Amino acid sequence: MTEQQSETRNERRDLVISARGLTRRYGRTVVVDAVDFGIARGEVFGLLGPNGAGKTTTILMMLGLTEISSGEVSVLGFDPARQPLKVKRRVGYLPDAVGFYDQLTAAENLAYTAKLMGLARAERAGRIEAALARVGLAEVAAKPVATFSRGMRQRLGLAEIIVKRAEIAILDEPTSGLDPQATQEFLGLIGELKAEGVTVLLSSHMLDQVQRVCDRVALFRAGRIELMGAVPELAVKVLGAGFVVEVEAEGAGIARRLALIPGVTKVETLADDRFRMTAERDVRPDAARAVVAVDGALRKLSVDEPSLEAIYAHCFQAQPAGDVRHAA
Amino acid sequence: MRREGSPFQGLSTVFVKELADHVSSIRMLMLELLIVFTALAALYEAISSLRQTTAEDPFLLLRLFTTDQAPLPSFVAILGFLIPLMAIGLGFDAVNGEHSRRTLSRILAQPIYRDALLMGKFLAALATIGISLAALWLLVIGLGLLFLGVPPGGEEIARSLVFLVVAIFYAGVWLSLAMLLSTVFRSAATAALVSLGIWLFLTVLWPMLAPAVAQLIAPSDPRYALLGLNDPATAVWTQELLRLSPNDLFGEAMLAVLSPTTRTLGPVFLDQLRGAVIGAPLPFGESIMIAWPQTVGLVAGTIILFAFSYVLFQRQEVRA
Repeated sequence: MTEQQSETRNERRDLVISARGLTRRYGRTVVVDAVDFGIARGEVFGLLGPNGAGKTTTILMMLGLTEISSGEVSVLGFDPARQPLKVKRRVGYLPDAVGFYDQLTAAENLAYTAKLMGLARAERAGRIEAALARVGLAEVAAKPVATFSRGMRQRLGLAEIIVKRAEIAILDEPTSGLDPQATQEFLGLIGELKAEGVTVLLSSHMLDQVQRVCDRVALFRAGRIELMGAVPELAVKVLGAGFVVEVEAEGAGIARRLALIPGVTKVETLADDRFRMTAERDVRPDAARAVVAVDGALRKLSVDEPSLEAIYAHCFQAQPAGDVRHAA
Repeated sequence: MRREGSPFQGLSTVFVKELADHVSSIRMLMLELLIVFTALAALYEAISSLRQTTAEDPFLLLRLFTTDQAPLPSFVAILGFLIPLMAIGLGFDAVNGEHSRRTLSRILAQPIYRDALLMGKFLAALATIGISLAALWLLVIGLGLLFLGVPPGGEEIARSLVFLVVAIFYAGVWLSLAMLLSTVFRSAATAALVSLGIWLFLTVLWPMLAPAVAQLIAPSDPRYALLGLNDPATAVWTQELLRLSPNDLFGEAMLAVLSPTTRTLGPVFLDQLRGAVIGAPLPFGESIMIAWPQTVGLVAGTIILFAFSYVLFQRQEVRA
C-alpha cells in the first residue's frame, strides 16, 4: 500500500510531535496510559474515541497545560513541560467549546490574544483582518462576540490560530454541536490549513468527518491507543477486508456464483435477492458479470467504502475489554 | 525541573485588558456610586459639624476623615466597611469566570505562564481600587478646601496619603481573599457568597464574638470587676482576637495616622502615661510607628492569601 509506505517514510523524516510512553495519572486512575505516537509535518491526524478516553488530556500534555506523570512528548523538538512558551508560540489550540469575552468584539478578542502572542502592534491589525476575512467573519469583526453563534465562535477560534501562523493546529472537538452546513464550512477551513502545510491534530467522535479530512487516525480507548493508521489500512486490519459490495439481483444460484469471484472472502445472503460480499478489492465489475452469467436481473450494485464507523464499532463493541491491550 | 521563559511575559497585556474591563464595567460603576454617595453623606455631616465647632484645630482636614455625626459613621469607618465590598466585587469571579466563559484554556494556550494571568488580574483590580480611592481622596481634600476654607498643611497631606496607601493594602487583603475563593470554587456565585459571608462575619459578628471568646480564654478576675475595671489580660486577649480581622487592623492604623493624638492602640496602664501630655499630637513619624504593625499585617495578609491562590491556580486543571 502506498499510504503505508509514505507513512513510514514520514515517521522517519519529519516528526513534529512524538510521544513515547506518555502517561497521565490522577491519583490511582490512569487517564492516559503510556501512549506512543508520532505525527508528521503537514499531516491531518485524528484522535478518536469515546468521551473520557484521554484525548483532551493528551492534547493538554502536548501544550504543557497539564502535568505529565511519566513518559515524554516532544512538540517541534521542544519539551512542553519545560519549554511551554516555545511550544505555545508555534502551536495553535482550539479548545472544546471555545469561549470568548462576550462583551468584546471579535477583533478585540483576537487583538488580546495577538498581544499575548507577542505580535508587534503594526503586524497585529493586518493579520487579524486577514484571518477574519479567511474564516468569513470580516463583516462581524466589530460586533460583540455575545451575538455569535456556535459556528461563528468556532471559526473565530480558528482565526486565532491563523493569526498565530501556527505550525501545528490542535483542534479539540471542533465540529461538535455545529449544524451540517457550519460543519462543512469548518472542514473546508481545515482542508485549507492542510494545503498551507499546517499540521492538524483533530480530536473528535464524529467519525464520518474525521474520515473525510484525516490522513491518519488513532483510536483511543480507556487511555490507550487501540489502533493507529490510515483508514483503509485499519479497515483491512480490523474488518479483514477493505471493500463491502452489496448486490441486489434476482436469479438462481447468484450467491454461489459470487463466491467464486477471485478476491472475495465472504458472501452473506441478506434476503432472497440481496447479497453482501466482502472483498479485498473493488469487485463490482466481476459481480455484474456474475449476475449476468446466471441470467439474473441486476437491480443494484453498491460499494461501501471502508468506513471508520465500522472499524470503530468493531473496535469498541465487538472486543471485550480484557484482550484489547495488544491490538495496537 | 526548571521551566524556561519569564513568568511575567504577557503580564502587562493582561493588566491593561483587565483594567479596561473593570473601569468600563457596570459592576464597577455601581460600586463606585455606592461608595461615593455614602462617603459624600458622611463628609457632609462631618463638614457641617466641623464648621460649627472649631477653626483652631491644627488638623482640621483630618477631622473630615474621622468625625462622625450620628447616625452616620465617619468617612473612614464607611470606607472600612465598603472597601471590602468593592474588592470582593472585583475579585470573586477572577478565575472561575474564565473557567465558566471557557476562555481559560484558550488564553493559557498563548505563550504566557499562568503567573501572568493571575498576577495581571490581581494588579489590575488593585489598580482599579487604587484609582477610585485616589479620586475619593482628591474629592475629600477638595471639599475640605471648599467648605472649610482652610488650606491643608504638609503633615495633614502626608497623613492622608498614608491613609490612601493603607486603604489600598486593606483592599488588597480582601481582593486576595476573593481571588483565592474564585480559584477554590468553580461557581462564581458560591465564591461571591462565601466572600461576602466572611466579610460580614469579620466586620459585624467578630467584634461581638471576640470579647466573648476572650472571656473564655482568660476569664476576668472578679477583683477587677469589684473595682469597676477591666481585667487587662482579658482586654489584651480581646484586642489580639479582634486583630485577626483586617477590618480591625485598618481601623487601628487609621486611628493612629488620622488622629495625631493617638498614643497607643492597646490598653494603657497608668504608668505608661507618666510624663505624657494628654491631648498633644504626636509627630508624624511616631504616628506611623504606631500604625506600622497593623499596616504590615495588612500587607502580609495580602501576600499570604495571594500566595495561596497562586499555588492553587498553578496546580489547577485547565479543563472544566
